[in-house]
Amino acid sequence: MSDELEYLGRRVAAGKLNRREFLGRAAALGVSAAFANTLLTSAVRAAGPVKGGALKAGLQGGESTDGLDPAAINNQVTGAFARCWGEKLIDIDENGKIVHRLAEEYGSSADAKTWTFKIRKGVTFHNGKELDANDVMATIERHAGPETKSGALGVLRGIDQLKVDGNDFVITLKEANADLPFLMSDYHLIVQPNGGKDNPQAGIGTGPYKIASHEPGVRELGTRHEGYWDADNGGFADQVEIVVINDSTARMAALRGGQVHMMNRVEPKIVDLVKRIPGIAIKNVAGGAHYVFAMQCNTAPFDNNDLRLALKYAVDRQEMVDKIVGGYGSVGNDIPVNKSYPLFSDDIEQRVFDPEKAAFHFKKSGHSGPIQLITSEVAFPGAVDAAQLFQQSCAKAGIQLDVQRAPGDGYWAEVWNKKPFSASYWVGRPTQDQQYSTAYLSTADWNETRFKRDDFDKLVAGARAELDEAKRKAMYRDIALLVRDEGGAIIPMYNDWIDAVSEKVGGYIPYPSGELMGGLALARCWLTA
Amino acid sequence: MSSLLKLVAQRVALGLLLLLAVSVLIFVGTQILPGDVAQSILGQSATPQALANLREQLGLNDPAYVRYFHWLWGMLHGDMGTALSNGQDIASSLSGRLKNTLFLAFWAAIVSVPLAIILGLIAVRHKNGFVDKLISGLTLASISLPEFFIGYLLIYFVAVQMQWFPSVSTVYDGMSFLDRMKAIALPAATLTLVVLAHMMRMTRAAILNVMQSAYIETAELKGLTPFEIIRRHAFPNAIAPIVNVVMLNLAYLVVGVVVVEVIFVYPGMGQYLVDHVAKRDVPVVQACGLIFAAVYIGLNIIADITAIVSNPRLRHPK
Repeated sequence: MSDELEYLGRRVAAGKLNRREFLGRAAALGVSAAFANTLLTSAVRAAGPVKGGALKAGLQGGESTDGLDPAAINNQVTGAFARCWGEKLIDIDENGKIVHRLAEEYGSSADAKTWTFKIRKGVTFHNGKELDANDVMATIERHAGPETKSGALGVLRGIDQLKVDGNDFVITLKEANADLPFLMSDYHLIVQPNGGKDNPQAGIGTGPYKIASHEPGVRELGTRHEGYWDADNGGFADQVEIVVINDSTARMAALRGGQVHMMNRVEPKIVDLVKRIPGIAIKNVAGGAHYVFAMQCNTAPFDNNDLRLALKYAVDRQEMVDKIVGGYGSVGNDIPVNKSYPLFSDDIEQRVFDPEKAAFHFKKSGHSGPIQLITSEVAFPGAVDAAQLFQQSCAKAGIQLDVQRAPGDGYWAEVWNKKPFSASYWVGRPTQDQQYSTAYLSTADWNETRFKRDDFDKLVAGARAELDEAKRKAMYRDIALLVRDEGGAIIPMYNDWIDAVSEKVGGYIPYPSGELMGGLALARCWLTA
Repeated sequence: MSSLLKLVAQRVALGLLLLLAVSVLIFVGTQILPGDVAQSILGQSATPQALANLREQLGLNDPAYVRYFHWLWGMLHGDMGTALSNGQDIASSLSGRLKNTLFLAFWAAIVSVPLAIILGLIAVRHKNGFVDKLISGLTLASISLPEFFIGYLLIYFVAVQMQWFPSVSTVYDGMSFLDRMKAIALPAATLTLVVLAHMMRMTRAAILNVMQSAYIETAELKGLTPFEIIRRHAFPNAIAPIVNVVMLNLAYLVVGVVVVEVIFVYPGMGQYLVDHVAKRDVPVVQACGLIFAAVYIGLNIIADITAIVSNPRLRHPK
C-alpha cells in the first residue's frame, strides 16, 4: 500500500495527478486525509524544485493598454506578472489561510482598531534598496490617498491613520475590522520603493523576478532576482514569460505545441477533450468566483421582493451548471459567498428550480408583462446562452423574460451597474466581509443590485468588528439569509477555475483564490528536467 | 516626360489633400464617440474636481477646431502625444507595431503577389482546361474559408501535429532574422491563402479580356508561342487592372489583418487599435486611423501612377 501511495505521491510531484485525485485515491487505500496530505508534501519536497529554464505561460486577459502600475491592475496578465515582480505584506495560501510575506508578524489591539505589522528584514528591492517600514507606509498611502486611482481604494477606506514605529508599520482604523490582514492581501497592494510615489510605472518590487521586458498586450518577461529573500519557495526558473494569447483555441494550440507550459481559462466544453491529450493536465479548483443576474432593488419592477423571489425560483440552477460551465462548477444559492470562504455556514437550504413557487410569487407581486434582461458575451463566458436558458425556465413558470443582447464594447460602462437587470460576474474575495463590502453595502460603488438596507449595513459592520469567531459566523449566516431572501442578486452558479498545465511543470498546487495558483504559478513553479 | 511628372505631382497633391480631409473626418469621428474622454480615463471614482483638472490638462475646454489644429500640427511634426490609458509615448509604441505589421505584410506580399500572377498566367495558358480549373478551384476554396479557419487549420496541422512552425508568432526586439521568419511563417501563409484568389482571378480575367483583341489574333497568326503572346502582348496591356487589385490586397495586408493577428498572437497594428478603441483612448485611435488612411491612399496613388505610366493613352490625354 505504501508503495502505491509513494508512487502516487511522485505522480503528483511530477504534475501528472492532481492533489484532489491523490487524496481520493489515498482515501480509497484507507489513508486519512491528514496523513495523505503529509505524505504528499514530503513527496513533492523529495522530488524537489529544479532550478533553471524558461517557464512560460499563455494567458487570456492582456491588452496593449496595460501598464505596470499595481494600482491599475485590472486583468489576468497584469495581475499574474505583478506577482512575479512584486509582493504584498500578507498573502493567502492554498487553504485560504494567511501567510506572512513582507510582514514577518502582525497583531492587533484588543478592539481590532490598531494593527501593527512587523516588516521583514533583509529584503531588497530590485534596485538594491533595502525594504523598510517607510516603503510599506508610502505604498498604502498612495493606494488610499485622495488622488488615487487604485482599485484597492475600496478596501482601504476605513483607514484613519498610518505611522511607522521603527521597524513596525501601524494602521489605525476608524472602525474595528477583524479582517484587516486579509485586506492587505489585495492584489493591488504590491510594496514598491517609496510606495511607487516617484514613478508608479517603474515595476520595481521585491519579487523573485525582475522585469526584463514589458510589451503591453504582447508579452511580459522577467529574469530571476538573485537577491530574492525567499529563494527556497520561489524564483526557480531563470526566466519567466507571459505570452498574451486572448484567443482560446490559439492558447490551447500553444500549450500543445510546447510553446507555453501553462494556460488559464480552458473552456469548459473542451475540458474532457484536453484530458485525453498526453502530457497535459487539467487543474480545476472551486473557489468564490460566481456569475450573477443583478436586479436593482430600487427600480421598478424589481423593487418588489415577490418579483425578485419569483425570478430566483425560476432559474434552473443545475441545468446552468451542466450546460454553461460543463459541470465544472456548483449551484449557487443567491448568496455571493460559499464554502470556500472562512466562517461560512453550510447549512442554509439550497434554493432549487420551482416553477410553482415562481408563479405564485410572480402573481403575488402583481406585475404583468415581460421583464427585460440585458446580457452580453463579455458579461461572463456563456452569458448569452445562460440568459436564454433562464428565459426558457421562466416560461415554464409563466413569466415572460425578454433577453436583450448588448455589444461587448462598452458593456461595463453603459449597461452593467446602470440598467436595472443585467448579467455580471465576480471572482471572489478572500473574506466574506470584503465580498459584501464591495458589492452589497449601501455605500459600495459596485452595489450592482442597489441593495440599500440599514439593517444589512449594520450587520456587516458588526460582523467586521466582532472578534469572537462563533458569534461572527452566526452573524454571517444572518447576512447570507438576508441577501438570499431579500436581495437583488440571482446567483445561479459558481464556476471553477480551469487551468491546463504541462507535465514539465513542477510545484503546481490549486489555489481557490484564483487561476494559476492565484497568479503565483510563474513565481512558484519550476520546470522538471 | 515633363507632362508625366506633372501628372504624378498632381496625383500626389490630390492624395495629400485627401489625407487632410480624412484627418478632419477622423478627428470629428472620435469627437462624437459617446462618452467624455476625461470621464472614461478616470472611471467610476471620478470626482468633479479631478474631472475639471484633467479636462484642463488635456485641453478639452478649447473649441474643437483649435484642438484639431493642435493635433494636426503635432502629427506633422511626428508628435502623436501620449496614450491616455498607460501613459506611453504613442509614436514609439506605434512605430514598433507598424514595423511588425509592415514586416508581415511585406513577406506575405513577396510570396503572394508573384505566386498569384504566375498562377493567373498559367491558368490563362490552360484556359478552361484541368489545370485552370484546379488553380481556380483551390484558390477560390481558400478565399471562401474564413481566415480564422485557415489559421486554425494551419495551427492544427503544421504547428501542433507536425510541429514545424510555432503557433504563437510573438516577435520582439533582439530576435534573430531567422527566428522572426520562422515566427511569421504561419500568419504569412494564412494571409497568402486569403489574398491569392482575388489577385489570381483578376490577372486571369484581365489577360483573357486582352486575349480577345484583334492584335492577339495577329500575334497568333505571326506564329508566336502562346506563352510569348501572353508575356509580350497581353500582360503589358493588362497590367493596370492587375496592379489595382494587387494594391488593394496590399492595403488589406496592412490594415485588415486583426483576426490573423489575434489568432497567431502577432503584435501588429490591428490588435493595438482595437484595444485602444475599447478603452476610448482617442489619441491612439486618431494616430492609427491616420496611418491606415495614409497607407490606403499611398497604395492607391501607386496603382494610379502605374496605370498611367503603363498606358500611353492615359499618359497623353487629349
